[in-house]
Amino acid sequence: MVEPFIRLRGVRKVYGSPGNEHLAISDATFDVMPGELVSLVGPSGCGKSTLLKILAGLHPHDGGEVRIGSATHTFDPSRDVGMVFQAPLLLKWRRILENVLLPAEILGIPMEDARRRARELLALVGLAGYEEKYPYELSGGMQQRAAIARSLVHDPKLVLMDEPFGALDALTREKMNLELLRIWKEAGKTIIFVTHGISEAVFLGTRVVVLTAGPAKMADNIAIDLPHPRTLDMKTHEGFGEYTRRIYRHLGME
Amino acid sequence: MSETVQRYTLAIVAHLALLLAWYLFVTLGKVPQFVMPSPGATLDALLEPDYGWWTNIAVTATEIFAGYFLALVVGVALALVFTWSKALESFFMPLLVSLNMIPKVALGPLIIVWFKYGVFPNSMMAFSICVFPILLTTARGLREVEPELLDLVRSLKGSRWQLFSKIQLPGALPYIFAGMKVAAILAVAGAIVGEFLGSDKGLGYLMLQVQVTLDTPAMFMAVLLITLIGMLLYGLVLAMERLLVVKDARIDG
Repeated sequence: MVEPFIRLRGVRKVYGSPGNEHLAISDATFDVMPGELVSLVGPSGCGKSTLLKILAGLHPHDGGEVRIGSATHTFDPSRDVGMVFQAPLLLKWRRILENVLLPAEILGIPMEDARRRARELLALVGLAGYEEKYPYELSGGMQQRAAIARSLVHDPKLVLMDEPFGALDALTREKMNLELLRIWKEAGKTIIFVTHGISEAVFLGTRVVVLTAGPAKMADNIAIDLPHPRTLDMKTHEGFGEYTRRIYRHLGME
Repeated sequence: MSETVQRYTLAIVAHLALLLAWYLFVTLGKVPQFVMPSPGATLDALLEPDYGWWTNIAVTATEIFAGYFLALVVGVALALVFTWSKALESFFMPLLVSLNMIPKVALGPLIIVWFKYGVFPNSMMAFSICVFPILLTTARGLREVEPELLDLVRSLKGSRWQLFSKIQLPGALPYIFAGMKVAAILAVAGAIVGEFLGSDKGLGYLMLQVQVTLDTPAMFMAVLLITLIGMLLYGLVLAMERLLVVKDARIDG
């Protein structure tokens, strides 16, 4: 029996001053097994990003239990988190390789090892040959690939992605979804993927956690029983449609 | 490449054209020399040994560069302190914005009272006039960090110094250079005003001396030399900017 890597029990988060409180998350309860790719889906303002920041250790939570790591899968909060945001946020003055190296520099990882690893990761995300380019020389999708490589350079156990493909055009987004699944398989990381794309959430996730806004609460936790590797034609299968319909219902869109 | 060559050629031609227009205006219009000397007469002013050109150039250049360099160090350091402490910024920033409204030229007589006259007070004049643009643009630039980048550094428990040296300072460089360019022009004005108000050396002082004897060619030469010092400073700033910022397209070359 493998223990969960992340265990959330009744997690609450409140913003604002007493008397003028705004509930960002109420009672988030779910587990993430090691190596899972869990999609967090919900409308804007449902607290998905807040939950991600709690997991990243950037925000404290106001109630409940957050536990990351287990006896078999240890977790060091300062070294084991990788982050990818909606914008690539590459440093414009650094070449791609140097951008990927940023977390390694901050953590003080020996540069020779880090460089080798950064090059391997750039090859993994399909950017071999772009090491010495500046970010402006790359398209949006390629910049986001570099950001994914950056999130993996210090070999974190947990990668948190906050709508990483939200700013890309629809076709690039589909392509990046397939790429992400491939990278996830090869890198073997636990990934939490925040999105408001329902189809994207189902397509990527081994599990989809549905959050609703107003009031913010956790509505469902669905194990996605679709085979791996996933292919785009699965999106037209009956099973896929059932999952998306179930999520649409939770979000009051049916 | 040929576009660059063309650009430089046109720039040189424009300057030569101005010289020519000046020459033609003075000779064809038979303008008296004490009103406007010809380019040749202006150049001849350099031959007058009593004017101590080299000393005066050195004095004025020292004032400009010293005041400017001090403003750069103080401006960037203060801006950094402000990004580290929100409280200090909220307290001092409005005050500095108000102080910036003081016409620095009006401080001239006071600076002379406080520091007598000479190279130091004139450097102070240059400093006081050019510290604000550097401080304000740097503070703005240091603040312009995407919140998610802060999250990224904080999620790795990065230090304040790492944040500054790896992200804030390089990110703020285009802003800092914008401030430095404005300040370079102001520093020259500040030093000369200082010399006008009270000094015993420098190109501004020399201008006041030769004004009495209506040696207009020497006045023209002094203005020209002041301009050249300013261009040297501005050119150095541009070269540094080119070296540090332009190559990665943070701003257009």
